[in-house]
Amino acid sequence: MSTIVRDYTIPANDFTIAGEASSSVRKILSQLGVSPDVVKRTSIAMYEAEINAVIHGNGGMAHVEIDKNKIYIRISDEGPGIADLNLAMQEGYSTAPDSIREMGFGAGMGLSNIKKNADVLDIETEINKGTIVNITVFFKRE
Amino acid sequence: MTVKELAQMLGYKIINKSDSINKKVTGVYACDLLSHAMAKVNEGDVWITVHTNLNVIAVASLTNCACVMIPENIDIEDQTVERANEKGVALLSCSKSSALICYEILSALKDMR
Repeated sequence: MSTIVRDYTIPANDFTIAGEASSSVRKILSQLGVSPDVVKRTSIAMYEAEINAVIHGNGGMAHVEIDKNKIYIRISDEGPGIADLNLAMQEGYSTAPDSIREMGFGAGMGLSNIKKNADVLDIETEINKGTIVNITVFFKRE
Repeated sequence: MTVKELAQMLGYKIINKSDSINKKVTGVYACDLLSHAMAKVNEGDVWITVHTNLNVIAVASLTNCACVMIPENIDIEDQTVERANEKGVALLSCSKSSALICYEILSALKDMR
């Protein structure tokens, strides 16, 4: 199959359409007949990254490439960047404000959920420049 | 047992019209942290949460749970019901607590075996 490419805009602080990109990708993968386990892992990883961009990154972009072996997702924002990535990767650590916590987010599980569900996770971040989260999920595990 | 059968058996209110009420119920999970729920809710679970915002529908859709149950007669926002209709997510509610709902559903599933 040829590579399927999709690009989505992730709005800042707009929870009415947050998750639409992940939902769209989930639909594409299901239609392609990708195994439910892979669809779920991809959906969780992408949704968490998408929500992070909404909450922390002033919104951003999602770029998705699907070929016969894998899905690659790049979520990029021009937000404040992550000051201490090791700390941010720790489960339970969160800088989300109370308003976000009241919605059920901000448990400090986003990045660790991405790590658990992605086969490859690479995060590039720079203070006051932004963050790029690169996620790859293979359709068949080695 | 389907969502509809479960709701009828235990007196739960079906909030919206969705084909998902014919989904099979295989378990129950109660959690209000969305990231945690997203990681742990299994396909076929009744997911119980006190949150009623739009993100609940996104998590329900991504996890492919059987339905979302809102406990203790908590009001559900209109836009959440609309989104549930769009995404084909079944929404239930009742007056009982999350703990009691878990007990009732697990008992019902056990009796089915």
